[in-house]
Amino acid sequence: MSALAATSTSLQPLRIDRLVKRFGQVTAVNGITLELRSGECLGLLGPNGAGKSTLIRSIVGRVIPDAGTIQVFAAPADSTAARNSLGWIPQELALYPRLTCRENLQSFGRYHGLSGATLEQAVDRCLGWSTLTDRAGELVKNLSGGMKRRLNMAAGMIHQPKLVLMDEPTVGVDPQSRNHIFEMIEKLRDEGMSIIYTTHYMEEAERLCDRVAIVDHGKIIALGTNAELVQNAFGSRSQVLARFAGADVETNERVALWVAQHGGQPVDGAAQFTIEHPTEIAGLLEDSAKAGLELLDVSLRKPNLESVFLHLTGRELRD
Amino acid sequence: MMISAIVRTAIVSLRRDRAALALSFILPVVFFSIFASIFGGRHNATPKVSVLVVDEDHTRASQRLVKGLQSEGSLVVKTRPAPVKGAEQPEYNAATAEVAVKEGAAPVALIIPHGFGENPISFGPRDASRPTIQLLEDSSDAIAPQVVAGLLQKVAVTAMPDVMAEQGSKYFDQFAGGLTKDQRDRLDEGLRSLREREESGAATTASSDSGSGGIIAVTSRAVVGENKNNPMVSFYAAAIGVMFLLFTASGAAGALLDEAESGTLDRVLASRVTMTSLMLGKLTYNSVLAFSQLVLMFLWGWAVFKLDFWSHIPGFMVMGVCTSVAVASFGLLLASICKTRAQLGALSTLVILVMSSIGGSMFPRFLMPEAMQKAGLLTINAWAIDGFTKIFWRDEPISHLWPQVLVLVGIAIVLFAIARRVARRWEYA
Repeated sequence: MSALAATSTSLQPLRIDRLVKRFGQVTAVNGITLELRSGECLGLLGPNGAGKSTLIRSIVGRVIPDAGTIQVFAAPADSTAARNSLGWIPQELALYPRLTCRENLQSFGRYHGLSGATLEQAVDRCLGWSTLTDRAGELVKNLSGGMKRRLNMAAGMIHQPKLVLMDEPTVGVDPQSRNHIFEMIEKLRDEGMSIIYTTHYMEEAERLCDRVAIVDHGKIIALGTNAELVQNAFGSRSQVLARFAGADVETNERVALWVAQHGGQPVDGAAQFTIEHPTEIAGLLEDSAKAGLELLDVSLRKPNLESVFLHLTGRELRD
Repeated sequence: MMISAIVRTAIVSLRRDRAALALSFILPVVFFSIFASIFGGRHNATPKVSVLVVDEDHTRASQRLVKGLQSEGSLVVKTRPAPVKGAEQPEYNAATAEVAVKEGAAPVALIIPHGFGENPISFGPRDASRPTIQLLEDSSDAIAPQVVAGLLQKVAVTAMPDVMAEQGSKYFDQFAGGLTKDQRDRLDEGLRSLREREESGAATTASSDSGSGGIIAVTSRAVVGENKNNPMVSFYAAAIGVMFLLFTASGAAGALLDEAESGTLDRVLASRVTMTSLMLGKLTYNSVLAFSQLVLMFLWGWAVFKLDFWSHIPGFMVMGVCTSVAVASFGLLLASICKTRAQLGALSTLVILVMSSIGGSMFPRFLMPEAMQKAGLLTINAWAIDGFTKIFWRDEPISHLWPQVLVLVGIAIVLFAIARRVARRWEYA
């Protein structure tokens, strides 16, 4: 895929300024400002309904913003120049099920103005990138879910874009296929492609993205590298996770009360605390025993993006 | 208990499925109404038969025959074409009436020849030297010539009783040796009384007993379709063809809905393809598909039913292309109006079956009441069938297809423009 790599350009791949998009009473994107650096993979991390897909669809010209501007390599979104520079991998499997893999890629290549030998070379390159060369003649409807996902990605890369927008490309695939997709994206990164990657999986953002923008209720609530986000939210503090015996309502209520009294947060029935020093754990455990809670286990961990999101919003990523 | 649970679930599902509801309850009522209007004879709405009458004889007998025909409620008698730009047209003669029947102005023409009035009625064996009324018929209409022929005999009895009685007495004189003076005086008195009643307008034409047949000599001649192997095949090839073209076109246009639902449409529109070029692409594909169907239909008609396909290729091409583009636009409009495949299925079934029934795809329009024949002109079916009939039935030149071409192309343009406008909902959010 070396030919897919971003052509060295002095222009900024993407610049979004105070973007607003409303659907009736719902504000899906609420004043987002964002810049993508050349060759960077920027993650948009947020729960379902946070506004990630609307933001992506605005960039690709499928949604008309109510306010704000978007520039793709200095060209307005929805201009021909922007369309030629952009590759879009939608969340849906946007493929023709009764066409083969090769026929699908040929069709999308033609829609982007490719023809003849250029088209065939692009198709072969994309089949190779998605490791579907040996399934080129297979009808899409007969492919496995993971293969369809890979072909869906390949179709977005057929015209050798300089900037790729990936909207949750791993939705609904098994762990092995997901890993396969990660390898495809890492290959693009290595070649210097500029990428916007939306996900609500913290692990994906941590693995693939140079910087992460945490999106919630149509706004970017934090932006930076993984380390910067954690540092900004927690400094040098660590997290303690304590689980207690009993799953009845009464126990849960007692745990919730105790967690609230000690400034923690309930997470999946467990109690989570942020501490400055590991020595603080002993005091917490002593208090829990006094409150009549039977401790099952306790763990100390470094905060991650999930913790950052919880810290910033009070909700979990997959709420 | 279980049964009632299943019934409840099914009722709730049906209530929420508007498409299924429409098909279950609206379509049967609409269809019932259409068929009842056509065949139910509601409010004396049965179709009148148009007949062109040429009176070459201009005698009292011929004029009374024409008058008798004119007072028949089930006939529309035309002796001259409709005025053009307010200017009265000359009366039909034998030649112009024949051309008019060929062009479809009326299914029947009656030519009352010179000399008819001298010997209008005959009870005896047919005399070859006697002038006979000519009945020129369009054999695509199997009913009208029979109706006119029957009514002609009825009118002879009811509109010319004196002529009939006089003619009867002549026969009596010829074959039975004549009447006595007393009998002759009484007969003359009776005839005088009949003439007086006739001239005072008291003679009735309302008699329902037209029983006698063949008292007026008539020679029938088909002036359209006389050389056709299988007269109705071309009609049905076009009629059924257009109906299925409409179904295929709306089904094919439904691909737009599938693509919108799967997200493929979004992806296509994010490329260099614009909504207009996408829809023009769909229009082209759907038109080619429809044209291929028509070709297959007519080839099958040729191979199996001896339809004269090969000598009408140019006309077929013109009508085929216009019809295909019109139905393709129609399909695109339906698809762009609907939100789901299920909606499209229900709406297209409803609209296409109604269009096909009043547009002449299910039974010829000449069988319908006049109002419904006019309503049929709002459908693609009627214009397409009329055009194909002109080519395959009437052997008319291509230049005569201009009204059909104009209307079908106009329909195509208008429906496509509306479909494109409605499709804006897919363009951007």
